[in-house]
Amino acid sequence: MIISLLSDICLLLGGIFTLTGAIGLLRLPDFYSRLHGASVTESLAAPLLIVGIMLDTGLTLDSAKLVLIIVIMVVSNPTITHALCRAAAHSGVTPKMETKNTKEKQSQSETEISGKESK
Amino acid sequence: MIENLHLIIDVCLLAFLVLIAFAAIKITNLFVATMLFGIFSFVAALLFLDLDAVDVAFTEAAVGAGFSTVLMLSALRLTGAIENAKHRHSLLGLFIVGLTGAALIYGVTDFPNMGDANAPVQLHLAPEFIALTQEKIDIPNVVTAVLASFRGYDTFGETVVIFSAGVAVLLLLGSGHVEPKREPEQNMVLWIVVKPFIALILIFGLYVQFHGDFGAGGGFQAGVIFASGFILYALVFGEGYARKVVPASILPRFAALGVLIYGVTGLVSLLSNKPFLDYNALSSNPVSGQHMGILLVEAGVGLAVFSTVLLIFYSFSGVNHNE
Amino acid sequence: MNELLGHFNYYIVIFLMMMGLYMVIASSNLVKKLIGLSVFQASVFILYITFGKITEGKPPIITDNVDVYSNPLPHVLILTAIVVGVATTSVGLALIVRIKEAYGSMDEDDIHDMDDKDDFQTKNNRSINE
Repeated sequence: MIISLLSDICLLLGGIFTLTGAIGLLRLPDFYSRLHGASVTESLAAPLLIVGIMLDTGLTLDSAKLVLIIVIMVVSNPTITHALCRAAAHSGVTPKMETKNTKEKQSQSETEISGKESK
Repeated sequence: MIENLHLIIDVCLLAFLVLIAFAAIKITNLFVATMLFGIFSFVAALLFLDLDAVDVAFTEAAVGAGFSTVLMLSALRLTGAIENAKHRHSLLGLFIVGLTGAALIYGVTDFPNMGDANAPVQLHLAPEFIALTQEKIDIPNVVTAVLASFRGYDTFGETVVIFSAGVAVLLLLGSGHVEPKREPEQNMVLWIVVKPFIALILIFGLYVQFHGDFGAGGGFQAGVIFASGFILYALVFGEGYARKVVPASILPRFAALGVLIYGVTGLVSLLSNKPFLDYNALSSNPVSGQHMGILLVEAGVGLAVFSTVLLIFYSFSGVNHNE
Repeated sequence: MNELLGHFNYYIVIFLMMMGLYMVIASSNLVKKLIGLSVFQASVFILYITFGKITEGKPPIITDNVDVYSNPLPHVLILTAIVVGVATTSVGLALIVRIKEAYGSMDEDDIHDMDDKDDFQTKNNRSINE
């Protein structure tokens, strides 16, 4: 009973984190930040989903195979993210340094400095 | 409730497929179109899983989403087609496509509903094959039994087709020659992670090969997975070193050996006064003869597919490499 | 409505097939034609697998206490078809690489123009020599 409840919670959390990763992939402004946002899906959401299934199947050979899948996923997905980042940096994709907020803050601090100087 | 869940997943995946195909038509950048095609194959594999076709999903994921994408990317590297394709509208094409689609939809209206257990296609051969598999071959995976034993002749033809494709690519492109070149040191993370990974992939390939009788798997999937281990090695450590591990000259011989193993298994039954590819002749007990026959035949298929996939990759990566 | 739900897969698959066919007919780039052909092939596979599905069936791997299995025969057919499809795609791509080397372009219109120019030149040369 408790195990069934735990399994449901894990599956639900896995689904929520997948949704978060997807929203991050769509909404973040720059390639590198999108990659960072999508890595939530591979490192947290997928293992949670698999743990949820494992709790449901119980202690069988299938659960052992699922443990192996989690291990492989946790090892390989960050490596793939790293390889993607390296490939992007190698082809000249630069991270976006300025957004609307930083431009406003820059102009604000410039007016402050010029204000102090004039005083 | 369970059928409704299946239906919802079905509808969602099909909607994804339509969107991806639509995007692939509109996009002019060829690199993006290739990536979309890879995603299309993967979502199709998920759809196959939802439609209870586990072996087919496995093969589509390994072959379509895996090897096909790598192949297209290698071809794009050679043709330098990061340039954009020209966008061209064709009214005549639209008309022809509309006419064909309308004719097909008119034909579909007579079909039985999806999933109907009393449709004519489910009634005649399928229950007979399932019963025959349990009685004469006694392995759990019916698809492997039908593929390797009941319809073994078709699979033989298919192995020869794969072999001919390897030969054709060899004739067109040659297997090329790549000098071993030390890759730059910044690849350290990839090197360290990929080394045990390749071992895992190769073991998994062998597992899929021999486990094809009991679960999803078999010769085709195993051959592609085994080859992708070597392709990973070539991509990370450099093709020169990969060609030292598996030289390109032995691959056509291995492919031919695979086809030969398949043919010889059939010939052995001919020499025992039985039809070609009748595995009952391979052992005194017919059921264990079937097991032996399926093992040999799947081994032949696996070897042929592995050699051809790796050969095609070598051919594409070896063209114009030393410029 | 029930009829629409029952045939839903078929309609979508036919739509996909027609999109793939349109890509083959209307693209002028050879690689996009090949991608369209592969989309067409994949949608035909989905059609066949849909034929084999039974609503309360399980995958056709014989296990205890399962009564109804989905039809394994389309699976066998499509397994073969997928591998043959990738074999023909690879030969097609090899041909494209060679065409690009010979003509310098992968665009169908440019290739036809170059061929027409070649034919025109050969005809003119013959008429001048006579």
